[in-house]
Amino acid sequence: MDLASAPILSIVMFMPLVGALLIGVLNAEAKGNARWIALYTTVITFLISIVIWVKFDPTTAGFQFVEERALLDVMKFKLGVDGISMLFVILTTFLMPLVILQSWKVIDHRVKEYMIAFLVLETLMIGVFCALDLVLFYVFFEGGLIPMFLIIGIWGGANRIYATFKFFLYTLLGSVLMLLGVLAMYWHAGTTDITTLLTYKFPYDMQWWLWLAFFASFAVKLPMWPVHTWLPDAHVEAPTGGSVILAAVLLKMGGYGFLRFSVPMFPLASDYFAPMMFALSVIAIIYTSLVALAQTDIKKLIAYSSVAHMGFVTLGIFTFSTQGTEGAIFQMLSHGIISAGLFLCVGVIYDRMHTREIAAYGGLVERMPIYAVFFMVLTMGNVGLPGTSGFIGEFLTLMAAFKVNTWVAFLATSGIILSAAYALYLYRRVIYGALVKPALKTIQDLSPREIGILAPLVALTILFGFYPAPILDVTAVSVKKLVSSYEAAVGTPAAKIQPAVIPAQPAPQPAQH
Amino acid sequence: MIYSAIVFLPAIGCLIAGLFGRVIGARGSELVTTSLLIVSCVLSWIVFWRVGFEHETARVVIERWITSGELDISWAFRIDTLTAVMFVVVTTVSALVHIYSIGYMHEDPARPWFFAYLSGFTFAMLMLVTADNLAQMFFGWEGVGLFSYLLIGFWYTKPEANAAAIKAFVVNRVGDFGFALGIFGLFAVFRTINLDQVFDGAGGVAGQTFEFLGYQVDILTTLCLLLFMGAMGKSAQFLLHTWLPDAMEGPTPVSALIHAATMVTAGVFMVARLSPIFEHAPVALDFVILIGSITAFFAATIGLVQNDIKRVIAYSTCSQLGYMFVACGVGAYQAGVFHLFTHAFFKALLFLGAGSVIHAMHHEQDMRKMGGLMPKLQFTWAMMLIGTLALTGFGIPHLAGFSGFYSKDAIIEASFAAHTAGNYAFWALVIAALLTSIYSWRLMFMTFHGKTRADHHTFDHAHESPPIMLFPLSVLAFGAVVAGAAMPFFIGEGQHEFWGKAIFNGEHNHILHAMHEIPAWAVWSPTVAMAAGFVIAYIGYIWAPSIPGALANTFRPLYLFLLNKWYFDELYNAIFVKPTFWLGNFLWKVGDIKIINGLIDGTAAGVYAVTQRAVRIQTGYVYHYAFVMLIGVALLVTYFMFMGGPH
Repeated sequence: MDLASAPILSIVMFMPLVGALLIGVLNAEAKGNARWIALYTTVITFLISIVIWVKFDPTTAGFQFVEERALLDVMKFKLGVDGISMLFVILTTFLMPLVILQSWKVIDHRVKEYMIAFLVLETLMIGVFCALDLVLFYVFFEGGLIPMFLIIGIWGGANRIYATFKFFLYTLLGSVLMLLGVLAMYWHAGTTDITTLLTYKFPYDMQWWLWLAFFASFAVKLPMWPVHTWLPDAHVEAPTGGSVILAAVLLKMGGYGFLRFSVPMFPLASDYFAPMMFALSVIAIIYTSLVALAQTDIKKLIAYSSVAHMGFVTLGIFTFSTQGTEGAIFQMLSHGIISAGLFLCVGVIYDRMHTREIAAYGGLVERMPIYAVFFMVLTMGNVGLPGTSGFIGEFLTLMAAFKVNTWVAFLATSGIILSAAYALYLYRRVIYGALVKPALKTIQDLSPREIGILAPLVALTILFGFYPAPILDVTAVSVKKLVSSYEAAVGTPAAKIQPAVIPAQPAPQPAQH
Repeated sequence: MIYSAIVFLPAIGCLIAGLFGRVIGARGSELVTTSLLIVSCVLSWIVFWRVGFEHETARVVIERWITSGELDISWAFRIDTLTAVMFVVVTTVSALVHIYSIGYMHEDPARPWFFAYLSGFTFAMLMLVTADNLAQMFFGWEGVGLFSYLLIGFWYTKPEANAAAIKAFVVNRVGDFGFALGIFGLFAVFRTINLDQVFDGAGGVAGQTFEFLGYQVDILTTLCLLLFMGAMGKSAQFLLHTWLPDAMEGPTPVSALIHAATMVTAGVFMVARLSPIFEHAPVALDFVILIGSITAFFAATIGLVQNDIKRVIAYSTCSQLGYMFVACGVGAYQAGVFHLFTHAFFKALLFLGAGSVIHAMHHEQDMRKMGGLMPKLQFTWAMMLIGTLALTGFGIPHLAGFSGFYSKDAIIEASFAAHTAGNYAFWALVIAALLTSIYSWRLMFMTFHGKTRADHHTFDHAHESPPIMLFPLSVLAFGAVVAGAAMPFFIGEGQHEFWGKAIFNGEHNHILHAMHEIPAWAVWSPTVAMAAGFVIAYIGYIWAPSIPGALANTFRPLYLFLLNKWYFDELYNAIFVKPTFWLGNFLWKVGDIKIINGLIDGTAAGVYAVTQRAVRIQTGYVYHYAFVMLIGVALLVTYFMFMGGPH
């Protein structure tokens, strides 16, 4: 088969499912086989997905690698990626092998089911980012939660039932509303094809309702304040691998949803609700950062910091500007790398000590210097230090926010103080101090396998901090189109730009000073 | 190429020592990092010569960094005289501190890390001073903050060191909050944050207003004040100074490098670098003078009563940075940078000298347990004496003096010429000069003279430091004596030619001329203050040592006020730290758990009961969810089928 015409998105998407089927037909006792098949599958999936990145044409805003098959009369199996979605596919396929490797020794019961759950989850997650049909998207979007429920419910901690139930309740409401929205859109536009819907103009009052329906679903997923309280519980109870995928990929579906649906399809409503989004974003940043400061459980602390970081995402998206949108996408990808690393770091010491209480640690640098370095880099990424990927997203979104509303920028920027406080306070209590607790005296530094899992994340955190171009270049054209079509629908936001006087454009050629 | 070498050699040293420290060992790490820095230092002096005297300037783009819409930021070096001055200051002090640390840290098992941090810090500082846009400056700015955090907390088993490290980072972030907003504001106004374009546009928006936080305010004043907030944090100015004294918990060479010569001067550098903007924001400059003079005075008062030898020097640094800001505020940026230049030598000298004393006294830092050390530490004493003479500005006007004499007196003269309200800046600085002289000589007398107060054992074992520690002292001492000779270039006749376009003075800014036309009494007043300080310290600590105690008893409230550093730590704890933690806890326990979760759990209980009845499986709700979703899809599809489309 000619490689160029191969349906590469389908291949990447269904590869994990094939792996899951293979594991499914295996003997249940064959733990090793299940692990190896899962690892091979995810690695191959990742390698193939690299082809997508390499062959992706960053100079066009349209969807690429588009595949279309009739599925039902009205619903099509249509896939494609653009600059907004493509990197999320890569993020997903990149993280999966790490997650499988992480569980290698820790998951020892129901290994087969565990691997199947994750592989199915991978297919569904890739589906979310590739789907170009509304119903298809909905199926993947909601379906992805089922394996996650199982992962938390079966391999989770002591209080997993409560956590899963809460997770379920929150998402249920959102998904019902979104389903109604999907229905209404089809009823009005006569198609569920996303590429068509992107150019379809819904009347204003309808946009309003549709925006709210989708918002209900995306806000819970992201999550936004005040519907965020399922996240700390879900994280705390989830096994490490579940936490990693939850934080790194599942949360991004909310942000992706806003970018794919709310802003381009309901621009007038987005404009209308932007102040509310700013308010919720700012509250999320300040409120959850403060709450993070008070945590005594490592995972909860990082979970709360995730909510704060997602605040920058919604902030950036609803500035409807190039910097804000690119910043939001970058922030999501960067958070995908950094939060994955942080949860893996928590997993490392949890596997050794079986506690997530901060107070149970202290002085780890003495016995675990490599761990301390990795954790430091990721902590700095979380703090948004320039030179880490965490900086770029925050910088761009805040910069965009300043142009739209100085109050919003002012309040949101205070997040950089609070994030430094909670992250370093955590680091100090876990890593620094004297190693006095008897249980820690024999703790071992990272094993080669653990180094292998964490090193790529640490390396990318730094690489994208110094050289974010690979990400920014891919997203640029699609974002430009998103912003310009928004402006076409709403009218240029010139009136909203704060400086009363915009100076004459300075000389384009930098003069020597 | 030479510029890249200067900047990246320390980074390479950092990576080698950090990644392969275990392989090459402590000695290997020391050698690699130190020799790379020496090379970087030599190259810096070459560049200094070429830029300062052969007027070579350059703009070197390394690689693009952030590109998004009209925002276009590159990693780039901006090489002009200001950069070159910072090059020599940073690399010289850093190289000497590396050498010194080989001796000072020789018992520490984690030396590879220490040297990696020192080199990493130097790299970040060099990125800061070469920045061609504000994002790169911010990178260096926060980078030095990171390494400062790591170095202050280097002895991580000490709780005070950890606390000090976090405090330094977080307080600096408060400043960076302003710095970041300033950058965002510049971008909103100019659509770029590259220095050249911002400088070109600055004149055009002078006096114009924009809306900020609901108020219609002057654009450049607002932005300069925001940017200056960053400078206040980094340079430990009044209100954001609280981290600097605590930072003395770090190893002493760190204090010499970071808290005397380089990082803390970044704020002064920033104001000088952004002089084309600040010159159009007179109100912001007035604020800079105000903060600078308050800091110069207030830090000196605290320095009077501290007993920890390093803390005295730390407050002295704080105070001297205040001088530099006053210079910038009155428009004499050149004088500010000149003082930055001379101060780097003598203050690093004082810190390293103090380190030599601490080393000799087995890590005793309390001056009350010192005294009479001169016979034992003659070389160190001589070096500290030079540092003290330079710091107090010893010299005779119109004749000659130590380096600090030229630079500090120039600032005081400029402050007089600037005619601030009631000449407050001038008086604050003269009084601060008096206090500087008192606390400096107090330090000398308490440490080296009189009868010893050290216990027998420590005193008997006190010994002069090894040559590897003394050599850097002598180099710095040489600088402390002669650096003043550079005055003609920095602020004198040749300043125009020397600085080129690196520093901008507005067309109405004639301060560098006006400062030479002030009355003789004003010229002499700092010298008088300096001499008076010596006499007072001599009386109090040599001639009649009972006087300070008696004074402290008589003016007990004032003494306690100064000893407790104007109660800033207590105040900040009460109004910022504690309420923040309380609020965090409150939002968590009440906001999240009681209110939000309460609502959810209430609903949950209801739904759970229903599902329990409907599906009697443990994880029933999972299947239930799938069920609901599938029913939804089924309904949807059925609907489509029956309707055959919407039309």
